Amino acid sequence: MREFITPEGVDLRLNIADAGQRAAAFLLDAAIIVGVLIGLTVAAVLMGLGAAAAGGGGAGLELVAIVWLLGFFLLRNFYFVAFELSARAATPGKRIIGLRVASRDGGRLRAESVFARNAMRELEVFLPLSLLVGQSQGGGVESWMYLLGFIWAAAFALFPLFNRDRLRLGDIVGGTWVVRNPRRKLTRDMADEGGERLSRFAFTAAQLEAYGAKELHVLDDVLRVRNRRIMRSVAERIAARIGWNHTPFDDDYDFLSAYYAALRGRLEQRLLMGVRRRDKHDV
Amino acid sequence: MAREDDWKRLERLMDKVEKGSAGKLSDDEILVIPVLYRSTLSALSVARETSLDLSLISYLETLSARAYFFVYGSRSTLQGRLASFFSVDWPRAVGSLWRETLIAGAMMILGAVAAAWLVGHDAEWFYAFVPAELAGGRDPGASTATLRDTLSGVEDRAGLSVFATFLFTHNAQIALLAFALGFAFCIPSALLMLYNGATLGAFFILFASRGLGVEVGGWLMIHGVTELFAVTLAGAAGLRIGWAVMFPGSRHRLEAAKEAGRAAGTVVGGVVIMLFIAGLLEGFGRQLITDTGSRYAIGLATGVLWGTYFYAPRRRGTALSYSNGQ
Repeated sequence: MREFITPEGVDLRLNIADAGQRAAAFLLDAAIIVGVLIGLTVAAVLMGLGAAAAGGGGAGLELVAIVWLLGFFLLRNFYFVAFELSARAATPGKRIIGLRVASRDGGRLRAESVFARNAMRELEVFLPLSLLVGQSQGGGVESWMYLLGFIWAAAFALFPLFNRDRLRLGDIVGGTWVVRNPRRKLTRDMADEGGERLSRFAFTAAQLEAYGAKELHVLDDVLRVRNRRIMRSVAERIAARIGWNHTPFDDDYDFLSAYYAALRGRLEQRLLMGVRRRDKHDV
Repeated sequence: MAREDDWKRLERLMDKVEKGSAGKLSDDEILVIPVLYRSTLSALSVARETSLDLSLISYLETLSARAYFFVYGSRSTLQGRLASFFSVDWPRAVGSLWRETLIAGAMMILGAVAAAWLVGHDAEWFYAFVPAELAGGRDPGASTATLRDTLSGVEDRAGLSVFATFLFTHNAQIALLAFALGFAFCIPSALLMLYNGATLGAFFILFASRGLGVEVGGWLMIHGVTELFAVTLAGAAGLRIGWAVMFPGSRHRLEAAKEAGRAAGTVVGGVVIMLFIAGLLEGFGRQLITDTGSRYAIGLATGVLWGTYFYAPRRRGTALSYSNGQ
């Protein structure tokens, strides 16, 4: 969770994508790229065969070579740029994982930022990769040089693991970060249900003084999960603390939701006065 | 509750947008989204201050964030974006990199002069600067006649378009690498510039020593003006980033890198276009235009064109400005 101030001055508290999610998204994208490349190669070979069969020979093969060269180049350099410039600001891999690219300063995501962040991939991915491939050819001192070069390059590739916001080099240069794409439905308000039951329970002010906002939110979770055993033990603990005579015959859910509604009403009332009570130790 | 209806409406619109049917939104819907977004945002502020309903707050948070991405997302049309790129952003970014461009250019010239001097003294040095696959038989072992033939453009014309495509993709990849390497504290970018110059210098002196200096000049210049300029700019963009990371000055290092990245990213985007043009000139122009005089003329013309486009004074536009440090 990070501070993210919109131009209107409100903090949206976005979730930063973690290293695993980003790696997964990248691997998905890489798989898509490799898949398309294989498809392209097969198509090019078929086209070449067709051209050769038709007797076109040179011209056909030329076309195949151009399609492959340009296709490879465009995929390598513009797959990420094109998708991240679209309205979704995410490649297919990022979309599947539920991530998107955003500008760190809260402003618009600029084309040059997207371009810069993806051009850095040369350093982060392709350089270590080419060194890895190159290593198998050397021997002796040369392979040691390759190893050193590879460690040097790998340091750039692993950069996201060493900072809090999981920024890779491209994010630093582009002024971007990758955030979780938020999605959440409006769920029912637990206080509405408790309010209906409140008339049967009359809590005193002293009984409502026992807890703060933190306990309220725990209680909210308990009510949402609605596990019989957990509700029983929570109800007993609350009853003991506030001195409520809670018999085993009373319905735990009724009691808890009524207490939740009453407690929240009281805490929110005090919130209006500017008093925020964090937890039961906060007086 | 009226506000809740607003949220639900915004949520439905966002669902629609995120399913990829932004184009199907009516004008009314597009106009109402920013309004709904701002009212949701203010509801979020109010809820944070007055409500302890966590689910409501996080619902409003996520809904606001989704709408934020739509309202502030990159939605300018491709056409408008290209227009502003060519008319303002690109030349201005290149202009703001003039110091780095001079340094990168000087590096390349230094490499060329050093290599020419070394090869001039001992032809064996040639093999140290030019890899065999690049030389393609154009090395000190070749006869003067063979060398002359390689300049005349009598090579097989059938494969020209493949050749042009290969040159473009190859050079663009090198340019992008020169840019990215700048992050590693400038040095690899600078080395790449030196090395690129050295290759050039070694080539030139080899031909010049056989009395083909003028011809090889035309052979190189017809596309080289554009290509070398593009590579220099890519190196300059790399230097700018490396410099910002090393010496951020009074700013936060991340801030400095981001600002440098903005100008450098624009420049590198343009470099790819320049290299595409250079690839065409090299693949087609050089093979079809064999007259040395015409080759020089085209080379000079491209130089003048790029120079005026990037550095001629122009009226201040309203678009982004690239501060040079402060």
